[in-house]
Amino acid sequence: MQALTHQSIAVNRKPMTFWERLYLINIIKGMMITFSHMFKKQPTIRYPEQKREFSPVFRGLHVLNRDEEGREKCTACGLCAVACPAEAITMEAAERMEGEENLYKEEKYAAKYEINMLRCIFCGLCEEACPKDAIYLSETFAPANYTRKGFIYDKNDLLIPNPISEATAFAEAKGVQA
Amino acid sequence: MTLHSFDWAFVIEKLILIIIIVLTTLLITLYTTFGERKVAAILQDRPGPNRVGPFGLFQPLADGLKLIMKEEIIPTAASKWLFILGPGLAMTASLMTSAVIPWSTDLHLFGRTIALQVADVNIGILYVFAVVSMSVYGIMIGGWASNNKFSLMSALRAASQAISYEIAMGLALIALLMTTGTLSLKTIVADQVSGHWWNVVYQPLGFIIFFICAMAECNRTPFDLPEAENELNFGYHQEYSSMKLGFYLFAEYVNMIMSSTIMASMYFGGYDLPFFDESTVAPNIAAMIGIGTLLIKIVLFVFLFMWIRWTIPRFRYDQLMNLGWKTMIPLALFNMLLTGAMILAKL
Repeated sequence: MQALTHQSIAVNRKPMTFWERLYLINIIKGMMITFSHMFKKQPTIRYPEQKREFSPVFRGLHVLNRDEEGREKCTACGLCAVACPAEAITMEAAERMEGEENLYKEEKYAAKYEINMLRCIFCGLCEEACPKDAIYLSETFAPANYTRKGFIYDKNDLLIPNPISEATAFAEAKGVQA
Repeated sequence: MTLHSFDWAFVIEKLILIIIIVLTTLLITLYTTFGERKVAAILQDRPGPNRVGPFGLFQPLADGLKLIMKEEIIPTAASKWLFILGPGLAMTASLMTSAVIPWSTDLHLFGRTIALQVADVNIGILYVFAVVSMSVYGIMIGGWASNNKFSLMSALRAASQAISYEIAMGLALIALLMTTGTLSLKTIVADQVSGHWWNVVYQPLGFIIFFICAMAECNRTPFDLPEAENELNFGYHQEYSSMKLGFYLFAEYVNMIMSSTIMASMYFGGYDLPFFDESTVAPNIAAMIGIGTLLIKIVLFVFLFMWIRWTIPRFRYDQLMNLGWKTMIPLALFNMLLTGAMILAKL
């Protein structure tokens, strides 16, 4: 049979000599290796106190965006729900009424917007599909919850704080999630 | 002898000593489990337990609390009394070794000379051997009483391993006894304190054999075949839960500390601090220094045990038996022969 590579090494089946059977020398060699590891730097990140920096392209929890005046950008067009391969997004559209111009940017808005974080695979296709830059994936991830229901995020959980009325909360959310 | 002529102060003194030794041993054992996890972590570039208390120092207490709070399960098919006896026996046997260990030189308190040794019997080493052999009964009884195939297999392994390695251990000890000429641990240590060298200088091969066999007796990796998870699920304590399991795990650590103490006493001068003349300080201070020295030696040995455990994998069963019967026993015999020849040649 032709050898596939030239890297194969024949197994040494020679019976062990007396000194090899004592294992002592090799054990001491191994112990020296483990001892040297006592002085190595630990790669551990002590999680709740220290957090690992996410990469800017990390795809975490979704955020529903607002514009500079604090109006919701989402028009409930449903393109994100169509794009979603996991079918995690559901929404209900509503028409903007007279006097709600300061709340919603376009004439149509999402009255209900839910993402099931247990279904979501964080692929980011909703972000790509959105024509209004209304949804994007932040750099946080969904925290643990006691019930399955707790993982269905509605509009309250997803909307970014208003940049005008809740300026500090908005800046904070931007700082962590932007 | 009437009750009045009986030296009650002596009995009370010994009782207090026993209580102190047992409690200290248990406390040290508690922190040995913590040390084991820390050493393992550091050798593997991890921080180890660091959440409970400062530097994780209360971790062993949390572990103990967890074990106590667990449900106590006795299998219906198990032999109930033996099932309960097993862990108790393992623990008792491992604690009993401490009786003949000389912890330090005499203490002078309240006008009495207090020997820091529970019993200075002239057959100290034989006693240690008898007790160490008993510790395997805890494992055997527990494994058999569980009425579980794997537990029984593990108990059998423990027993055969103990028998195989006790022979080499005994032979290594005979060579030591040939040079010291006594079986009393107190005399052996005292000879090393007053003499020039520690016994390990005269018996290097004997020490290595003894050390390896002690590791096998303690069921420590690389000889922890009774606990081989991949073959025996969990070994002899598979059916155990709650504090009974805790006792088994604890007994292993007590065993480790006790064999470290024995090795320190027999081969490394016991409470002898090298290059230091104890007669220059007050006797009580000298005794304290002695205890400290012995404790440091014990800690070093325990660290060595842990270091080995986290370095090398477990032996295969045939390797274990080959090493025991074909390497350790011939080596121990050779060592004995060599010692005899040296004594004859008056070296």
